[in-house]
Amino acid sequence: MLESLTQRLSKVVKTLRGEARLTESNIQDALREVRVALLEADVALPVVRDFIARVKELAVGEEVLGSLNPGQALVGVVHRELTVLMGGGEAALDLAVVPPAVILMAGLQGSGKTTSSGKIARRLVADQGKKVLLVSCDVYRPAAIEQLRLVAEQAGADFFPSAPEQKPLDIARAALEFARTHYHQVLIVDTAGRLAIDAAMMEEIRQLHAALNPAETLFVVDAMQGQDAVNVARVFSEALPLTGVVLTKLDGDSRGGAALSVRQVTGQPIKFVGVSEKLDGLETFHPDRMSARILGMGDVLSLVEEARKAVDVDEAKKLADKFKKGKGFDLEDFKQQILQMKKMGGVSALMDKLPAQMAQAAQGAQVDEGQLRRTEGIINSMTMHERAKPEVLKASRKRRIAAGAGVSVQEVNRLLNQFEQMQKMMKMMQKGGMAKMMRSMKGMLPRAF
Amino acid sequence: MRKHRAWCARRACGWFSLAQCCRSVCCQPFAGILPASQYQALVYCILIEFSYLTRSIEQSDSAPMLGLFKSPSNDTSTSWFARLKTGLKNTGSRLGSLLVARKIDEALFEELESALLAADTGVAASAELLRKLRDRASRKKLVAAQELKAELHELLVEALAPLQTTMEFHGARPFVIMLAGVNGAGKTTSIGKIAHLIQAQGLSVMLAAGDTFRAAAREQLAAWGERNRVSVISQPGADAASVIFDAVQSARSKNIDVVIADTAGRLHTQSHLMEELKKIKRVIAKADPLAPHAIWLVLDANTGQNALSQFKAFNDALGLTGLILTKLDGTAKGGVLTAIAQAQAGAPQKQASISGGRAANAVVPVVFIGVGETMEDLRPFNANEFVSALLDQD
Repeated sequence: MLESLTQRLSKVVKTLRGEARLTESNIQDALREVRVALLEADVALPVVRDFIARVKELAVGEEVLGSLNPGQALVGVVHRELTVLMGGGEAALDLAVVPPAVILMAGLQGSGKTTSSGKIARRLVADQGKKVLLVSCDVYRPAAIEQLRLVAEQAGADFFPSAPEQKPLDIARAALEFARTHYHQVLIVDTAGRLAIDAAMMEEIRQLHAALNPAETLFVVDAMQGQDAVNVARVFSEALPLTGVVLTKLDGDSRGGAALSVRQVTGQPIKFVGVSEKLDGLETFHPDRMSARILGMGDVLSLVEEARKAVDVDEAKKLADKFKKGKGFDLEDFKQQILQMKKMGGVSALMDKLPAQMAQAAQGAQVDEGQLRRTEGIINSMTMHERAKPEVLKASRKRRIAAGAGVSVQEVNRLLNQFEQMQKMMKMMQKGGMAKMMRSMKGMLPRAF
Repeated sequence: MRKHRAWCARRACGWFSLAQCCRSVCCQPFAGILPASQYQALVYCILIEFSYLTRSIEQSDSAPMLGLFKSPSNDTSTSWFARLKTGLKNTGSRLGSLLVARKIDEALFEELESALLAADTGVAASAELLRKLRDRASRKKLVAAQELKAELHELLVEALAPLQTTMEFHGARPFVIMLAGVNGAGKTTSIGKIAHLIQAQGLSVMLAAGDTFRAAAREQLAAWGERNRVSVISQPGADAASVIFDAVQSARSKNIDVVIADTAGRLHTQSHLMEELKKIKRVIAKADPLAPHAIWLVLDANTGQNALSQFKAFNDALGLTGLILTKLDGTAKGGVLTAIAQAQAGAPQKQASISGGRAANAVVPVVFIGVGETMEDLRPFNANEFVSALLDQD
């Protein structure tokens, strides 16, 4: 299975008996691990080569070789360089032209152009209050136009109807004219998926680009794409002056190395990432998080950010206070946590953000969302007193609870057993174990508690 | 701490220690984030842990197979080979050109490795192939690069041959085929092509519009149905399982030979959607206890190493009986198939299902590959030809 780069490197360092240090001679081994990690993440081979050469240069400098924890330091260098390569900061749409600003979408079949068009439209309409027109130039795939019409409706944007008999170029011209006369600020042009080697189709999109003179030409790429991403991106960027990339289907468990390949080849920033099938599933791209993901370091920052968004801050503070005062974690708190987790999209949504080693371990296991729902039901069937003091639960109370929640008594028992174990873990956390552990993290968190 | 570790080890939950959990949460640049949020994150970790503990250990039932897959026939029609070759020519050029008039040396092996990696074969599968290749080269005392090419060809065929199969749609009526896959893999388009193929065999087909989620998915399938003159069962706003159930019932009453059920694209990491897929399978079985007779996963040849986890997740959830590899007409190499073949060869053989005296096929074969956009471009998979086209051999 995939291992995170950190794990791999620590293994390399460990194999050097006696000296836990990277030297000129063994840096080759370490770099090989970096290479494997990148290849497993589907970063294209030529990109990996360039990258390794660059990291080697940096690593041979005193920065890594002399440091106490060279493995960590090397991961640091790799992570930083990846982040730099992927664009450093965040990039937004540049629509500062005479309206209507045209956004042209291009990409392979099934990469997610239509859905992304809808998501961008929704974002522009809902967040920036723009008047947006959507048009589909996909006259090839059956029902592609109908799909965009429905998506436009959901996004609250206007839709310019087209028909499969029309020529894409005519549709685009008519839509542009319509947008001009009806004072639309933004026109999003969805196109048919095309293969990079299909000369006729590439010529078609070139003509579309020439006719529309778009403010943004976005290349839509599937995060799961493999080595070929680099070839496809090259052809598209040669045919079209791309201005940005949309990385889709990032809610899967792919490492998304394609992001790096595409970024490297096109030289254009990744402007958005698609993270759900729903229309609000469009996020700004964070290069640092993406590089952590490619390296299998997990996306805990997103997890925390999401927690901040969805979680009731007062509620969270109350819980933290409770911990500090040394009070136990009771079933009521447990229920609150389940509710909050639901707000954040359930276990599976959280899972995606976890570091690779945990997510990997979890893959074999089926996360049972229904189980959490049942658990909530069981707790709801308890009185407040019972929730605070589960030890009062004896046979007859358990029978009542089981009947109330529509489960068997065994399930109630199992919940109580597991809850007991959870409590133990929580206690460990609050006994300063965590603070101690954190302090040992090289003072990264000086005043955690 | 020790106690915790022992506890985790006992459960093999992969959360090796609380320290590891904390490190993964806390080692990140946390500056400026409320301690309360940190608590929150940790509590989530624990909750996630909890949901593993409570998971019901469900044995995925082994796939019902009707013994429909005959051993592959060896007749090769030249036209289709030519077609596959044109489809794969972009693939072949690289590997083929490496092996002309050269001596075998370390650089050659390295180039071969790069070529395999660039074809999405994956680090592990490439390493394994190269190890075997080196082994053979030294055993047979090969010197010319050409000989090495023949050897690599043989190795690849050996790896891929178990995936070869021919498809027959007899043995049940209606024969129910269910398609699954991630978003944009090409499920609906493949259904249109499969319907065409089945009709060419003189069988009647019905399509079930089981993608009730994506906008205009029904219309897309309906358009394919119209092109093939095939009836499509769809209900606006209905549950996917019920649409497919209805289709099976209706096919039975109309004496239709084959029912192909579309499902909504879903990422294999979304457990609730995977549960829905299992439910669809269960509901189909209510219409006909032996159905679905075939469950195929549609894979995009553009997909990198993630195809492996897609394969595993869908196989665990549904018990696949076949794969369809689409979009091989681009520059994508589809080399991940080698990785999938190796993963299957390495995995412990699935228990043969004894129900009804049917033996389950241990390997999930490739039923079709898509090499172009027209109806005729969905082809049976032939390992020898696939590899030949890959290595640019005549």
